[in-house]
Amino acid sequence: MDVIEQGVGRIFTDPDADKAREFFRHKSRALVSKLTTVKDAVAKYVQDGDYVSIGGFGVNRIPAAVLHEIVRQGKKNLGLAGHTATHDFEILSAGKCFNRCDAAYIIGLEARGLSPNARQYMESGEVEVSEWTNYTLAVRYKAACAGVSFHPIRNMMGTDTFKYSGAVKVKCPFTGTNYALVPALYSDVGLIHVHEADVYGNCRTKGILMSDYDIARSSKKVIVTCERLITNDEIRRDPTSTFIPYWCVDAVIEQPFGSYPGNMYGEYFSDEEHLREWLKVEKDPEEFKAFLDKNIYSCKDHYEYIEKNGGMHKMLKLRQKEWLMIGARE
Amino acid sequence: MANYNTMELMICTAARELEDGASVGVGTGAPCAAAMLAQKAHSPNLVILFEAGGAAPLIPEMPISVGDSRTTWKALMASSMAEIMETACRGMLDYTFLGGAQIDMYGNLNSTRIGADHQKPKVRFPGSGGANDFASFCWRMMVMTPQDPKRFTEKCSYITTPGWLEGGDSRAKSGLPLGAGPYKIITNMAVMDFEPESKRMRIIAINPGYSEKDVQDNCGFELLKAPKIVENAPPTEEELSILRDQIDPYRYVIGR
Repeated sequence: MDVIEQGVGRIFTDPDADKAREFFRHKSRALVSKLTTVKDAVAKYVQDGDYVSIGGFGVNRIPAAVLHEIVRQGKKNLGLAGHTATHDFEILSAGKCFNRCDAAYIIGLEARGLSPNARQYMESGEVEVSEWTNYTLAVRYKAACAGVSFHPIRNMMGTDTFKYSGAVKVKCPFTGTNYALVPALYSDVGLIHVHEADVYGNCRTKGILMSDYDIARSSKKVIVTCERLITNDEIRRDPTSTFIPYWCVDAVIEQPFGSYPGNMYGEYFSDEEHLREWLKVEKDPEEFKAFLDKNIYSCKDHYEYIEKNGGMHKMLKLRQKEWLMIGARE
Repeated sequence: MANYNTMELMICTAARELEDGASVGVGTGAPCAAAMLAQKAHSPNLVILFEAGGAAPLIPEMPISVGDSRTTWKALMASSMAEIMETACRGMLDYTFLGGAQIDMYGNLNSTRIGADHQKPKVRFPGSGGANDFASFCWRMMVMTPQDPKRFTEKCSYITTPGWLEGGDSRAKSGLPLGAGPYKIITNMAVMDFEPESKRMRIIAINPGYSEKDVQDNCGFELLKAPKIVENAPPTEEELSILRDQIDPYRYVIGR
């Protein structure tokens, strides 16, 4: 297939499927407990310079505890998949943790508005960016899962989104139609929050999957936080519900309210008051610094962060909102 | 005549485009309000899909995120990004609503940046999100947006999302799926469609209280005119009461 046209965006991760197969050949299949702490998991599995993929949808079922810990430990020069990235992106921008980004959706928090700090960070020239779309990043993970180095798509062509991406345009050998090919995305680390997991890393979740099924399989290392641990017997009682098998997972942490201040399907709604405050303080550098000191840098862990923002009383209220016993905007 | 604001008018206009039995991919805010209104007013079998994976929910209140729990409330399926987008890829999504910081005469949209230096833009916006995907794959893409000469621009700083590209048959030649493209542009002043040959934007209806001159004066490029331009019907009492009492009681979208 001849390349008709090529985007100028840099491809930050190696799409070579054989190199990835060689890595996965040596990944452990041992059924051993991977229980650890957020602090130890981040120290061990997230290295400066790693390329990171985040599960969930920006502010829904996100691994917030792990993201705070990455900022707290001062991780730098990460690569980041800006795939439906909203509050997760806002957290890592607060710590200036990354210097390159595959952008599909970044800096915004949907209907809540744009993050002033994340926006400034992306306008500063400190972050190298390649453009994609939500779907094309999703299929870049799918290609990686399938052990192939690219996935064909029928969009992006004709736009600047193609021009600033790392995609190429080719002719289909079967039909003669133009296609764009996007490279497989193998992340160094996948960060995923789920409803339930056993100590080995077999995971269940509820509600939408987003791209987590594929992120878990295509990332070289995977850190899972879960709302609650369940037994391996329970996993074996109902194997249909397992959506990530343990051999994909490197670390498991029981972290109730681990998506806070994000939404967790069937568990708790997002803390809109806190998210609004976050957006507000970003407008003033001094206020923002004090806010980060209070909510991230001075916190020992996620429990302390939650305690500082209303504790169990707040969690109960968010649970009531999730179940529409009170309205989301009350 | 009922009292209403321009946001309510845009939402009602958009809702009327969604016929019973059709499918629509929506985001949060006004597009979601339009889909909910259509479902409650005249299209009970409208299939509403959210890019994050929510499929055919009975939305109880306005979602804040296209991935929050409201998008799967009493839904038929909680799926994935790829599942929803592939539904569109296969040709099963009829409509979508999009927006942007800039739109040109062919309906191309910019939601990525202002300024020439891509690595150090003057202003950075969120980027495509699912917009480039939905605009490429949904049969009819619509835009709901307030109208002013800066937003309706001769040339976008950056084309995030395809409209009819450079007009004529340029979109078909690009490789994007055949037959899909921009359909209607719904603003606070008017409704536009695209002239079938040139694919240039043209006025087809004017909102009550505005003139053709107002519409042209608030557009940075020359608009074509349909052979017959009609006056857009204002919201009915029924539409307004559903919108205000059931869909957006906190006036989160319509209050602005």
